[in-house]
Amino acid sequence: MSSPYKFILHHQTLWLSPERCIFWEEEKALILSDLHLGKTGHFRKAGIGVPQNIFKEDLQRLFAQIQFFKPTQLLIVGDLFHSYANKEMEMFLKWRNDLPCLQMRLIRGNHDILSKKFYKEANIETATGQLSVKNFCFIHDINLMCDEEDSKNMFTFSGHIHPGVVMNGIGKQSLRFPCFYFTKNYAVLPAFSHFTGLYKINPKKNDKVFALIENAVVKIQ
Amino acid sequence: MKLFDTKGYSVIQQWLTSKGNQPFTFQEETWQQIIDGYSGLVNAPTGCGKTFSVFLGSLINFINHHPKDYKTKNKNARPDDTVGRGLQLLWITPLRALAKDIGRAMEEVIEELGMNWKIGIRNGDTDISERQKQKRQMPEVLIITPESLHLLLAQKHYPEFFKSLKIIAVDEWHELLGSKRGVQVELAISRLVAMSYEPLAASQNSQLCIWGISATIGNLEQAKEVLLSPLHLWRGAGGEGIITAEIKKKTEIESIFPDEIEKYPWAGHLGIKLVDKVIPIIEQSKTTLIFINTRGMSERWYQEILTANPDLAGVIALHHGSIERDLRMWVEENLHTGKMKAVVCTASLDLGVDFRPVETVIQVGSPKGVARFLQRAGRSGHQPDATSKIYFLPTHSLELIEAAALKEAIKQNLIESRQPRILCFDVLIQYLSTLAISDGFYPDEIFKEIRSTYCYREITENEWQQILHFITAGGVALQQYDDFKKIEIIDGLYKINNRHVAMRHRMHIGTIVSDPMMKVKFISGGYIGVIEEWFISRLQAGDVFTLAGRNLEFVMIKDMTVLVRKSNSKKSMVPSWQGGRVPLSSNLGFMLRQKFEEAAELIQNEKLKIKKDIELQVLKPLFELQDYLSHIPKKNELLIEHIETKDGYHLFVFPFEGRLVHEAMAAVLAYRISKITPITFSFAMNDYGFELLSDQPIPVDDTNVYELFSPENLFSDIHKSMNSTEMARRKFRDIATIGGLIFQGYPGEQKKARHLQASASLLFNVFAEYDPNNLLLKQAYNEVMEQQMEEERLRKMLERIQKNKIIITFPKQLTPFCFPIKVDSMREDLSSEKLEDRVKRMQMQLEK
Repeated sequence: MSSPYKFILHHQTLWLSPERCIFWEEEKALILSDLHLGKTGHFRKAGIGVPQNIFKEDLQRLFAQIQFFKPTQLLIVGDLFHSYANKEMEMFLKWRNDLPCLQMRLIRGNHDILSKKFYKEANIETATGQLSVKNFCFIHDINLMCDEEDSKNMFTFSGHIHPGVVMNGIGKQSLRFPCFYFTKNYAVLPAFSHFTGLYKINPKKNDKVFALIENAVVKIQ
Repeated sequence: MKLFDTKGYSVIQQWLTSKGNQPFTFQEETWQQIIDGYSGLVNAPTGCGKTFSVFLGSLINFINHHPKDYKTKNKNARPDDTVGRGLQLLWITPLRALAKDIGRAMEEVIEELGMNWKIGIRNGDTDISERQKQKRQMPEVLIITPESLHLLLAQKHYPEFFKSLKIIAVDEWHELLGSKRGVQVELAISRLVAMSYEPLAASQNSQLCIWGISATIGNLEQAKEVLLSPLHLWRGAGGEGIITAEIKKKTEIESIFPDEIEKYPWAGHLGIKLVDKVIPIIEQSKTTLIFINTRGMSERWYQEILTANPDLAGVIALHHGSIERDLRMWVEENLHTGKMKAVVCTASLDLGVDFRPVETVIQVGSPKGVARFLQRAGRSGHQPDATSKIYFLPTHSLELIEAAALKEAIKQNLIESRQPRILCFDVLIQYLSTLAISDGFYPDEIFKEIRSTYCYREITENEWQQILHFITAGGVALQQYDDFKKIEIIDGLYKINNRHVAMRHRMHIGTIVSDPMMKVKFISGGYIGVIEEWFISRLQAGDVFTLAGRNLEFVMIKDMTVLVRKSNSKKSMVPSWQGGRVPLSSNLGFMLRQKFEEAAELIQNEKLKIKKDIELQVLKPLFELQDYLSHIPKKNELLIEHIETKDGYHLFVFPFEGRLVHEAMAAVLAYRISKITPITFSFAMNDYGFELLSDQPIPVDDTNVYELFSPENLFSDIHKSMNSTEMARRKFRDIATIGGLIFQGYPGEQKKARHLQASASLLFNVFAEYDPNNLLLKQAYNEVMEQQMEEERLRKMLERIQKNKIIITFPKQLTPFCFPIKVDSMREDLSSEKLEDRVKRMQMQLEK
């Protein structure tokens, strides 16, 4: 992994990692979105033989990020799990047991349909809707932000859309990359899982876009 | 057994005589072969009794075996007694629309003979109660599509259906041959043949015969081999012939000439300027079919014809694949009854039943191949000795030479081949899952059968094991944390027991993968047709577009349906449907090169004039200009033109090998030149040649040109020069869908299905990164090389060029040859209207 990108926002230090997550230094929090754990298992259960190594590597990458940044908590802005429980959850639980001191806080996304019992056993705090930590707010889907006032006063982190940026080259060539997307009031995180597609964003003039290109964070605008 | 001595023959002969008919020789030959238990291929054009060759043969055979009671039902038979009843003839046809008409014709015969056979139809349109009935009691004849046949194989106890089967007939085999549907037929036949040799069935129908029916193609012998290959596993090769109908249908080809060839555009795809010449042809003929190469252009033509002659409103219609089915059926029905004066259509009317009232066909633009042109011509003049009449309408002046080439090719019977598909792992995976949801399979037995097909005869043990591993274990997995579930192995039997998996698979049987389409519907109700999703995504509310000949205003999208209202707006967008740009066939390319040689002779020797084609004579001014500015290549020459314009330095090359080959060649050439010197290019190409454009002089001259066109290192140069990954990604969409990786959802369970959605592009990335040896991924790359790049044809072209003389010229201005390529390359940034103006202006500059 090449080094993370330092980004100061509202006097807070954020480290944008090329491994698709953000380390919030002051809070010692790792912010993540759209891990979709169990997605490969869900497909495989239905007879669609996608390679399961994606899941394994996603977990390994997460572990590496935790080792690197040494956060005390994970702030997950939704879609930690993909669907109903399957055997891959057992591996996740085992993985979870190895990190008992790490606090995991999940703002539930549309995919997080597992039972409360499961989260409890996995030692994951859940929140529905939005969650505030200091002067930052966390939500799964920015479009579901209900309180207009909140959105003006507080900067919000979100996920859900799996943002991607398209770059055009000569000769009709075009390439797509996952990206971090910052507007004045909110940020959208890239999906952490490698088993996710991209939704093309159309950034406005003053927005900031950081593309993840071959394991490096590159500021596009 | 001598045919003429048999009871069956005399019954059929009497019936024919009573109708005032005589059997054709090829029909009698087929009947003789059938009663002798042989298989084979009937080569006959549509509309001359090809159906009867095999169908009546099947009847004769049946009567011979039941001379006394062929008319009676087998009422007294015990349930397990199959003597003489049950499915006798399986009739595989590529088109649903054909089934009804063939069935009707067969029923007529059965009735007049006083027999008791039932004719059943089974395809996507067959309702459930009818299917259930067929399950209880198979009809004697079953007309079926390849997809529905596989669905039958997906039924429990399917061997029951086929136990009395005597003949498998594959209609329009030439159409199926080059496609994955053809592979489906191969696989089904391999199973049916093997079943007929299973110990229990052996006594009953080890005489199972397979008969293909095909129009003329360049590789009939191979077509026969592909179809009958599974038989050879059991009874050895030999004894199978090709029976050709010696019925020469006369085809009359006439070109439509612009009044002044000098003023006709040198480039373009539409040909609208000649609409005034089309109107009288329509008026003089009973019914006319006007074939247009793309759906978008057919919409334009329909409008233009109506504008040119408003009286035709009501008796002219539009027919293409994106128009609502009911509307298409209505058009077809009216074609049958002769109520239509003209129909503007695309390849959608290439195949299918004969419309007897059709007297005339007009082909607009290049048909790209001899076989396709003949097929379209054959849509007219259906009475046995009538002449097919086809007009060729050029969309730009040089295209006229294609008419001359087509005439010559038809005279020499130079018809294209259809290449059978090889090692389609996606279809194989689908087939194995199909067998697994019915009765299950034992790999050793099935492997033997699969290897007996032409498609998979070279499959290796290793590949087979990989496929089995993929469908039973889902490839690489984290053993204890995996619950992959598809095919389970129980006592060596491979079977799908999970009801959901089985249901999903059943809904996905088939190999035709279409682009995501959206239905278009009036707000007030009533479907109009379908349109590609990407086209709609660019529209704003209020935009007007044309579909099915109507101007429609886009209102909104609701429930995956595009809602529109009628519009009176004069301006409208014509949707372009993607896909379907067929490249010029190599046969036609060969003929073109020959015709150019003749054109060169023509302008050198005035006296030869009378002997040459009328098209060449009309084009003479154009050729004279080409010869004056540059050169007209002979058939053993390759012309290269260096031209400098204000756009930069152009290099035009004219191999006449079709757009796909030119695209690959342009990339390879650019790559090879860029190794000599640092340089960037942009390309353009059409079916005749290609262009490299650069801002600096292009270093191609007679010292290095043969080396640049060398076939050596071609494979690696292609990979280095083209974005084969992007192409493979596009191919992977179909493969992943056929191979069951993409789940399209089913009604009633949408929510759950959403968690199973992944785009083909994502799956491609995932496999490329985590399972690069996956067979489906490899297949995508192979398909790119074989179909997209036509690597084989490219290689042959380069070998030909090595033996040819390469002529390099330096014209002072654009030539008639290079002009269409140059214009095509501007197409991207300009709308079609402006393009026309621009073409006119450029042409004026040229003629000064």
